[in-house]
Amino acid sequence: MTSTPTLESSEGNRTFACMHLSDELLDRLATLARLEVAPDQREHLRADLQRMLDFVAQLREVDTEGIEPLIHPTEGANALRPDEPAGRLRPDQVLRNAPKSDGSYFRVPKVVDKEGQDL
Amino acid sequence: MVEYQTLADIQRDLSTGSLSCSDLVDVYLARIEAHAHLNAFVEVYTEEARAAAVVVDQKIAAGTAGPLAGLVLGVKDVICHQDHGLTASSRMLTGFQSLFSATALERVLAADAIIIGRQACDEFAMGSSNETSCYGPVRNPVHPDYVPGGSSGASAAAVGASLCHASLGSDTGGSVRQPASFCGVVGLKPTYGRVSRWGLIAYASSFDQIGPITRSVEDAARILHVIAGPDGKDNTAHAVPVPDYPAALDAPARPWRIGYLQEAWDSPGLDPEIRQRGLDLMARLRAGGHEVKPVSFPLLDYVVPCYYILTTAEASSNLSRYDGVHYGYRSPQAEKLEAVYTRSRSEGFGLEVQRRILLGTFVLSAGYYDAYYGQAMKVRRRIRDYTLELLSDCDFLLTPTAPGTAFKLGEKLDDPIAMYLSDIYTVHANLAGIPAISLPLGQHSNGLPFGLQLMGRPLAEADLLAASRYLMDLKPL
Repeated sequence: MTSTPTLESSEGNRTFACMHLSDELLDRLATLARLEVAPDQREHLRADLQRMLDFVAQLREVDTEGIEPLIHPTEGANALRPDEPAGRLRPDQVLRNAPKSDGSYFRVPKVVDKEGQDL
Repeated sequence: MVEYQTLADIQRDLSTGSLSCSDLVDVYLARIEAHAHLNAFVEVYTEEARAAAVVVDQKIAAGTAGPLAGLVLGVKDVICHQDHGLTASSRMLTGFQSLFSATALERVLAADAIIIGRQACDEFAMGSSNETSCYGPVRNPVHPDYVPGGSSGASAAAVGASLCHASLGSDTGGSVRQPASFCGVVGLKPTYGRVSRWGLIAYASSFDQIGPITRSVEDAARILHVIAGPDGKDNTAHAVPVPDYPAALDAPARPWRIGYLQEAWDSPGLDPEIRQRGLDLMARLRAGGHEVKPVSFPLLDYVVPCYYILTTAEASSNLSRYDGVHYGYRSPQAEKLEAVYTRSRSEGFGLEVQRRILLGTFVLSAGYYDAYYGQAMKVRRRIRDYTLELLSDCDFLLTPTAPGTAFKLGEKLDDPIAMYLSDIYTVHANLAGIPAISLPLGQHSNGLPFGLQLMGRPLAEADLLAASRYLMDLKPL
């Protein structure tokens, strides 16, 4: 990855707003998200994401010193129920929407070759 | 046929025998066909709806009909209906059949509603204009050159054009309320956790709620009454008992304290006619003996960025399940396993969905997590706490639903930020987890309708609905 500014710095506000979405970073995000960026869409997508990043960057202006993150709106509520099996689906139901299946299995392309090496 | 405003009117005619559910279904089917240009329905359940109508008519004759008998309902294409198609209006789910039904959908069926079809939406409910659907854009029933709003655009358009009496939509950042505003109908987003999310395709799990789109406040109350409540299949669904919302509408009016968010009404981006309509309404409320006062919400500029960081993060995680292996689209070009994932996802998801997955992946990735996702969760708490503080002093908060009326098709498609800002007033309630409703209170000189929004305290839908009906009765000026 290129020299992206560290965001935890005390001058975070400004560097954050200038966060540059490099080609390397875009590739890394696409790999993580299991998406492919078509060459002809690349610059358009990069520009869109750059604008989205610049837009959300203003959040750094908000003082959150000492504030706990709100992970979920119903925090604290924990509904318990007896641990009983329920809602089972039969294998044929589970496979009904599979793009490819074989017997009671999902089918995928070969993942190792004859020598046992990853494909 | 007269256009029925309320289910009560329909049920009155059903009970006297001057109308049957079979008649009603046929009228809606004919209207759907006559309004095919709106592109509202992905699939119409013609024979099934007719068969259901026969059964409900028999139940009415036998005196055993449920509370929603006579309600012809459309359902957004993100809510599971067993043995029916479900695609989130995405190529990714072409041909998918639900294996079970959403709890909300099971409950309306058990109450004898008739489901007439499945309605398009923005792909995976991500959008504000219903233009990202893989079935093509949906059109506004008031003017076909304009969008119906989104993401439940078709669900609002269908109610506005009387293609069904009401719809079930979903609202993650305004997806029920903003299209309701654009199409001149009522849209209710319940408190987070009031309605089970079981069987709702997940976009952002800590924001998503199913909500009714209706022609009247009364029908919103009646549908919410049926779909709300705890559910063993969703432990975020509140165990708090469900009040009798329809009965609460008749509670004697009392003086309310209504706060109007100054920053929202003073925003330069707000259409002046919408602002004026809000001011008129406030004057009427004061004249009716209610306290209307300005409240400050200095965090307004941060709600949309906060919303986009959190929802894209949740979406990037939720949508990782679409892998081309277990269900959904698989690219025919993929010869290796890794390519099954990447090619299927790249070909199956549309551009806006991919943008949001990539942004969500970024804000969750090592090195950026604390600065973006962590910071946004902290800002969310500040927004939530500040909002609840305002609501400790006010019964309701009044804002516009959207900064303007419906915009033209294509107008904001190339500018994601402009599109996102059309949600500025609605995302607030999803961030805070509070209930909110858009009421069709405005008619713009450009010929398009617009709504005003009322937000209430958590789980106080009964009060919110009672105040909503009061506001509706205050019009016209």
